[in-house]
Amino acid sequence: MSSQHALDKDTVLNIAKLARLELSETDIEKYQQDLSAILELAKKMQDCDTSDVAVMTHPMDAVLRLREDIVTETDHRENFQKIAPSTEKNLYLVPKVID
Amino acid sequence: MSQWETVIGLEVHAQLQTKSKLFSGSSIAFGAKPNTQASEVDLALPGTLPVMNMEAARMGIKLGLALGAKLNLHNVFDRKNYFYPDLPKGYQTSQLDLPIVGEGSLSISINGEEKVIGVTRAHLEEDAGKSLHEDFQGMTGIDLNRAGTPLLEIVSEPDMRSAQEAVAYLKKLHSLVRYIGICDGNMQEGSFRCDANVSIRPKGQIELGTRTELKNINSFRFVERAIEYEVERQIDILEDGGSITQETRLYDPDEHETRPMRSKEDAHDYRYFPCPDLPPMHLDQALVEEIRATLPELPEAKKARFITEFKLNEDDASVLTQDRETADYFETVINNSQGETKIIANWVIGELFAHLNKDNLSINESPIDAARFADLMNRIADNTLSGKTAKQVFAELWSSDKAVDDIIDKKGLKQITDTGAIETIVDEVIANCPEQVQQFKDGNDKVIGFLVGQVMQKSKGKANPKMANELLKTKLN
Amino acid sequence: MTIQTLVSLKKQLADKSISSTELTQESIKRAEASELNVFITVTADQAIEAAKTHDEATPSHSPLAGIPIAHKDLFCTKGVLTSCASKILENFISPYDATVVNKLNNAGTISIGKTNMDEFAMGSSNESSFYGPVSNPWDLERVPGGSSGGSAAAVAAGIVAFATGSDTGGSVRQPASYCNLTGVKPTYGRCSRYGMIAYASSLDQAGTFTHTAEDAAIALNAMSGFDEKDSTSLNVTTEDFSAQLNNSLAGLRIGVPEEFFGDGLNNEVGSLIEDAIKEYEKLGATIVKVSLKNSSLALPAYYIIAPAEASSNLSRFDGVRYGFRAQDYGDLDDMYTKTRSEGFGAEVQKRIMVGAYALSSGYYDAYYAKAQKLRRLITNDYLTAFETCDVILGPTTPEPAFKKGSTADPMSMYLNDIYTVTANLSGLPAASIPAGFTQAGLPVGMQLTTPHLQEAKLLNIAHQYQQTTDWHTKTPESYAVSEPAVTTGESS
Repeated sequence: MSSQHALDKDTVLNIAKLARLELSETDIEKYQQDLSAILELAKKMQDCDTSDVAVMTHPMDAVLRLREDIVTETDHRENFQKIAPSTEKNLYLVPKVID
Repeated sequence: MSQWETVIGLEVHAQLQTKSKLFSGSSIAFGAKPNTQASEVDLALPGTLPVMNMEAARMGIKLGLALGAKLNLHNVFDRKNYFYPDLPKGYQTSQLDLPIVGEGSLSISINGEEKVIGVTRAHLEEDAGKSLHEDFQGMTGIDLNRAGTPLLEIVSEPDMRSAQEAVAYLKKLHSLVRYIGICDGNMQEGSFRCDANVSIRPKGQIELGTRTELKNINSFRFVERAIEYEVERQIDILEDGGSITQETRLYDPDEHETRPMRSKEDAHDYRYFPCPDLPPMHLDQALVEEIRATLPELPEAKKARFITEFKLNEDDASVLTQDRETADYFETVINNSQGETKIIANWVIGELFAHLNKDNLSINESPIDAARFADLMNRIADNTLSGKTAKQVFAELWSSDKAVDDIIDKKGLKQITDTGAIETIVDEVIANCPEQVQQFKDGNDKVIGFLVGQVMQKSKGKANPKMANELLKTKLN
Repeated sequence: MTIQTLVSLKKQLADKSISSTELTQESIKRAEASELNVFITVTADQAIEAAKTHDEATPSHSPLAGIPIAHKDLFCTKGVLTSCASKILENFISPYDATVVNKLNNAGTISIGKTNMDEFAMGSSNESSFYGPVSNPWDLERVPGGSSGGSAAAVAAGIVAFATGSDTGGSVRQPASYCNLTGVKPTYGRCSRYGMIAYASSLDQAGTFTHTAEDAAIALNAMSGFDEKDSTSLNVTTEDFSAQLNNSLAGLRIGVPEEFFGDGLNNEVGSLIEDAIKEYEKLGATIVKVSLKNSSLALPAYYIIAPAEASSNLSRFDGVRYGFRAQDYGDLDDMYTKTRSEGFGAEVQKRIMVGAYALSSGYYDAYYAKAQKLRRLITNDYLTAFETCDVILGPTTPEPAFKKGSTADPMSMYLNDIYTVTANLSGLPAASIPAGFTQAGLPVGMQLTTPHLQEAKLLNIAHQYQQTTDWHTKTPESYAVSEPAVTTGESS
């Protein structure tokens, strides 16, 4: 494994934070290795010259279809909130949001 | 004079007046009970997918045309990734590199001078839900009715140099989005929201200073005050040898201050990428032409036309075209009455606006619609009413739904234009006021006013004052 | 050896030699008796009720009416646990049906439950499920493949004749190949993704597990079609995928890419595929050498694009509106972090992090944008190849099913997808069909890929092979279907 692509601990912790994941000390090392291995695989991509190639974000270069502006939905709050972890007064409850 | 120059750029979020959300068929009507307008798509239930609202795209094009902007017929939705409880998917669908509207401009008038403000771009994106901080045992409640409401974010160049210019730009844009019918402009309900990027630099310096972003400034007055406060704050820091921190600050209108926001800590890495659920949008020029054809007359053009067509002065034309509703009202009145346009303009700007202001109503809520207003103008034009009696009729119209002529009949306010009837009253006045008659004959012309007043009083305001004046002069000369 | 097919079951239902209720009861009995850990949920009561309703109703013309099937647990099913084999959805009773589920319900199928899978479809071995690994009915020590391992095992073990799957990088074709089944991934956009819990949106496509290509055509006819709820759904005329099944293959040009027969290909697998090619020559096909010169870049591109999209797709699992929420937490970020760390398994967390990294500022161009450019080159290779051939043939996987627990090195597991990911990157329809067995008795699959929207042709090519071979009729001895059953071949 090339050291050039090995991720350092801080990088792994920073990505975990962005993704809202919490890693234990033992996990960190394993993730460092696993992530580095994938990035090592990805490194192969750099061998191919793509300077004249346009990105392809959708198979068959699909084009967006637009829908008519009509209201088709009705209220299903009761049904939807049955499966919610925490609600009160019809609102979803979360730990205090601070602006 | 301060040696500092203020630099301001504005980001406006205009909620689009569609019927349904940007990517779902949920209603966006304001004021619904919490979470009753949050469908499986809006709640980001696993497996749900977005489908783009055609009307929102059309509104984007409308705005682009109104700003004379470059239109990106090929535009792309991207995902802006961050965690926040009012953002159900964990990303906001927005447009980064290819927004629907590219560069355009808007001109403002400052102290009688035109200034062109550059518009960098306008992109489509979805609104977030609302966090309600009432007390739920230390928890926050989330209402997702607003989540997914279509927005156009309109970003200006940092071309404004004072809070006054910023407000002028904002008012102009506010008027424009309402003119073209894409946004109701209701700032209290949050349909038209403004963030301001503010920085200062020594006069003459080309390089921009470090900016702060002011959020939550949702009235024209607050925009002005927040910017003024922030500029002062930045000057104080720099003059004390400090430096400005690039940050997002919240304006608190109660305390009249700005303070840093504590949330949105990973603002620095949104990991934007093209939304794989939404292929690129390709609009065709035919659609643009179709929209262009339906575009209403824009404020600038309307004002120019009011000046030439209705012979109004610059100020009156400005006031009457400030919003589309007022202009439409005025034009409807003009089209339905034989009155002089200048008189009608005076009545709208004077009597009507005063009453609207007093009762805090918009022109659309006016108890006197354009048709009744036109009737009133006709009765002034045909001399049925004098200025004075017209005001009495106006007051009655304001508080009832009676017709103009009914009020005139019932109150017996019909102006006396019959020469014989006025002559009788004139003769009476001449007989009763020998002293004033003598003064007039001695060359005191001003006393005629008193005599006319007497005629009006005796006729209970119904005599045509012009005729009374002429008759008096004839008889006394 | 005998197998139950959709065609044979329809016959039996039509001539009343069996009722839907009996058939469904038998399926449920097998599901419940199975030690393969195939199902996350068996919906016995609902299924039997639906079967009874079917038996009492006027006979349906639908070829699927009254036939028990199973859904991979990433298809949302109204009122039924839809877990995606993840703890984070361990309590998610979906309030709505996926479009694919809806269509199959409308076709009269009886769903007996939800099959096990790799968590969020991330894996090639079915070992990343929160509900434990699935065993391969051909060898209980081995994996059934993934991520749709439960669906593959359900059909291979004779529990149902058809199960749904999803294929993001080979998740239908690879388990089909490991379990001796016909697995079809149609053109991207053929089947609606609405209600199919997303792994990688631009690659995900629903697919089918059946014994025969003929059955796959029937299943796809019911499952596919334009859906206005999915912006990537193809608005094309619906066609009958069964229509071309019996066409002759005389003159068919089969492209064989040298890149699929190089290093890393197991010899036994290689020679079985060579045999299959000879079989096709006997059917009148000609062999054309083609080159997919960028195919070695497909795997790295795939392992950037899929995690990148996944990292964003899985952000909605935050413990706010549904699903699992951690028990003890402090502030909001702590709630998010604990919920997601406890709710997602290791493989999922790893892919989320890879994706977040690939999209993060400063790396986007080198990883994500680069991968999306390669995607175009890889697609162009196929389109060029299709100028000289009608179908591309090769092995589905380099090796037959591997032993459970043998993927300690994750990179070796990823190599399983080396031949399958290209069809996802390019959106092409592809199938894996049985092509024989290794000395050790493990099934080997051959992959067929046709141009966009040519599923009918694809199934014709697969079906003709199945008319002259009997690999697909083999079942693992302990799961042989006793009665009623028919041998295939007579069904066409």
